[in-house]
Amino acid sequence: MDAASATTELALIRCTYGDTRTRSVPDLKINGQSYDLDVPVGHSLAQVLREELGLTGTKVACGEGHCGACTVLVGGLPMLSCITLVHTLDGAEVTTIEGLRDHPLVDAFLRTDAVQCGFCTPGQIVSASALVAANPSPSREEIRHAMSGNLCRCGTYPKIEEAIATWNEH
Amino acid sequence: MARLIKTEKEVEGRYEDVWLVVEEDPLEQWPAGARTIVGQETVRVDAPQRIRGEARYTADLQFPGMLHTAVLRSPHAHARVKSIDRERALAAAGVRGVLGPGEAKGLEDVAGYHGAPVAAVAAETFAQAQAALEQLGAEWEVLEPALDPDRSERHDDPNRYERGDLEAGLAEADVVVEAEYRTQSVLHNSFETHQAVCRWEGDVLEVYISTQYIWGIRDSVASELDLPPDKVRVVCEYMGGGFGSKNSPDEYTFVAAELAKRTGRPVRCALTRREENLAAGNRNATIQRLVAGARSDGTLTALGGEFVNSVGWSGWNASTDGPMRMLYDCPNVRTVVHGAKINTPPMKAFRAPGFVEGTFGLECLLDELAAKLDLDPLELRRKNYAHATNDRPYSSKNLMECYRRAETHWERRHEVRSRSDGPWKRGVGLASQIWYGGGGPPSYAWIRVGSDGRATVITAMQDIGTGTRTAMAQIAAEELGIPVDRVEVSLGDSARGPFASISAGSSTVPSMGPAVRQAAHDAKRQILEIASQRYDREERVLDLKDGDVVSTDGNLLIPLTEVVGLLDDAQVLGKGARGPNPTGMNVLTFGCHVAEVAVDVETGEVQVERIAAIHDVGRVISPLQASSQVEGGVIQGIGHTLSEERLLDPHSGAVLTQTLDAYRLPTIADVPEIVMDLVDEPDEHLTNLGSKGLGEPPIIPVAAAIANAIRDATGADVRSLPITREEMLRALREAEERAKAKDKVAAGSS
Repeated sequence: MDAASATTELALIRCTYGDTRTRSVPDLKINGQSYDLDVPVGHSLAQVLREELGLTGTKVACGEGHCGACTVLVGGLPMLSCITLVHTLDGAEVTTIEGLRDHPLVDAFLRTDAVQCGFCTPGQIVSASALVAANPSPSREEIRHAMSGNLCRCGTYPKIEEAIATWNEH
Repeated sequence: MARLIKTEKEVEGRYEDVWLVVEEDPLEQWPAGARTIVGQETVRVDAPQRIRGEARYTADLQFPGMLHTAVLRSPHAHARVKSIDRERALAAAGVRGVLGPGEAKGLEDVAGYHGAPVAAVAAETFAQAQAALEQLGAEWEVLEPALDPDRSERHDDPNRYERGDLEAGLAEADVVVEAEYRTQSVLHNSFETHQAVCRWEGDVLEVYISTQYIWGIRDSVASELDLPPDKVRVVCEYMGGGFGSKNSPDEYTFVAAELAKRTGRPVRCALTRREENLAAGNRNATIQRLVAGARSDGTLTALGGEFVNSVGWSGWNASTDGPMRMLYDCPNVRTVVHGAKINTPPMKAFRAPGFVEGTFGLECLLDELAAKLDLDPLELRRKNYAHATNDRPYSSKNLMECYRRAETHWERRHEVRSRSDGPWKRGVGLASQIWYGGGGPPSYAWIRVGSDGRATVITAMQDIGTGTRTAMAQIAAEELGIPVDRVEVSLGDSARGPFASISAGSSTVPSMGPAVRQAAHDAKRQILEIASQRYDREERVLDLKDGDVVSTDGNLLIPLTEVVGLLDDAQVLGKGARGPNPTGMNVLTFGCHVAEVAVDVETGEVQVERIAAIHDVGRVISPLQASSQVEGGVIQGIGHTLSEERLLDPHSGAVLTQTLDAYRLPTIADVPEIVMDLVDEPDEHLTNLGSKGLGEPPIIPVAAAIANAIRDATGADVRSLPITREEMLRALREAEERAKAKDKVAAGSS
């Protein structure tokens, strides 16, 4: 099966079995708030955040787990919300960019100009927050390793590296 | 009084006469150098919204009752759709509308490339719309695709250029080099895909769209739907990149508009990433057959080139010969640029279209010439420095200063080479850059100063992500003498502000900046007139500084808020317009890059270790955002040089690289040290700012500088992009054979 027909196949499955038919996710914590959701089968976490809850800070740029724009934290670890089915997350704690708006990294990105069009930036902040939580003084190499799954087409990488390297200096 | 004048307008190298209304006398430029706010580092004014995920992009908009669209695209590079079953699709779950070929601009029954749009379905959910595409049951007549640009149909009107006599120039040359260069097709991959949401509000069609040109969308949609232009409102507050691919509307815009009209519902039509990499444009591949001749002292006598642009099924023929025509002072130049129509997705402008590709060929050829002449590549460029292009002087040109500043980076080559280690060979290369970027009229801005002493710049431009709001806020704050955090910039809505230019061609700052400064000046003049009457001072001794009205004799200092506070809720309104460009002059940008690379001669791996980017773009408004533009251009250039390539199945013409795991964008781990140096000399002939654009120049010389560094490191001539390991190893083998042959000749003659 080629990729295009796989996509169509998936859409058919969603349409036939899902989309209108919902199932509950009774215990999902998002940014400290508890939700009891009833959402269509087959929905990704990104879809639920953006379409059901209006939390549009999480962006979807590729929709298949290749670019990192949709990164959120699940139990404190970065996860690609566009390829995470929401029904697998019952009982989980999710943190999105909306829950990190006052993180010192936001100011570090602002100060160093680590943003151009901004479409990948919320995902960059989320990934960086997981990095500095685990390793508050990462080396340049460690920053590059941890951030290489978050693509940026505008090329803000040098500024992102600078922002993370100096995030707690101001 | 409004004065009507006729002036020249340049659009990517073509000049045309346009009528222009000039309302005021031009302002004097500020003196060179950093000002209180302009030229100083300022944080991006809209960064908090973007970083915190508060900025609303087209992708984030949701309207009650909004339908979602899926587009049926050709799975074949060349085919005709024989039939579709509209009724069956209409009957599918959730479907509310179907458009077949011919029912919206862009939907056609003959598909000229893989991914060409044929039909569209709107449904309650995107999944339902996608599923219903299957129900259309499209039947295809598959046609033979034309895929070889050298054998395919060519445009009837190739671009031809000639000065002097190429053959005579080659005849008088002591040394001639000939080479064929090839560049690949690369994909923009803007992170927000192409998309629009259309909805009707009364008799006004609202178009929310990720676009580089609000006014172009307004005119195209109005014309297509036969509406008066003011009945189309176009909104783009934030957009997730464009890089040239979002200059005009495409089928997704017309599909959403038509379906909104038919269903009465808001309709979204958004491309998926895979569709984006099929049908949203690309930088076209090129073939460049070049020749250069020079005297033994390095004086160029001849430059010639035959260029083939693989423009795809449609698309335009970019000036791949531009650098060859313009960069050097050579008396004999002849170029021809063919557009090859093949069954691949149509090209679109991509960050300095033509010049990125053409600079790779020309600047590599120059280094091959330098090697043959045994001359220093930097000296060869200085020796052939151009002082005019086609007898038109430059409004300003500081390329020689760029070369001077390049020396310290160029000098590092001895030390860099000495760090070669085992299979890793190191070297340094340079390349020059020439491009447009002078902007032009018309463009307008308004400014509103309220009784709280805050100002709002209002203009219906768009911010592609370069820091437009920041640059405009800095210019307005500088002229008004208030801190930059007291200026808002309201843009992105055709119903809310005056006409503004396209965000393309490196034209935002040079086109819009002067209009904003003039609007601020108009408001400032009125404020000083008010203060003069209220405080009984002569207007000529008054000025605005640090948020206060001050007198030049120093004995009056009234806060601005007190002066405008007199008006209560009334406001001071200023307006400004972009004036004409200097007539009879070339307004161009210049620069030079010096690259350092390491090449593993055993595996063909290439690592870029450092790039120094030196550019002359006139006055710099926002140095921090300028450095981001330079870094972004260099990094995109590295992707273009080393890893990015749209791959096609050679037999079927199917696009194989639709996803971001197959199509390799640079990551943070691929970034070398980048050193930026801007000459920051205002162009005294250009507008009230003396600023040119910086969006495109930094990508232009990257590929050639890297290729020339590879030659310096290894002696190998890479001639094809991207420089994969295969290409690197091929070039190394060729260099080895050349060296062997030379040794044989030397042995034979001794």
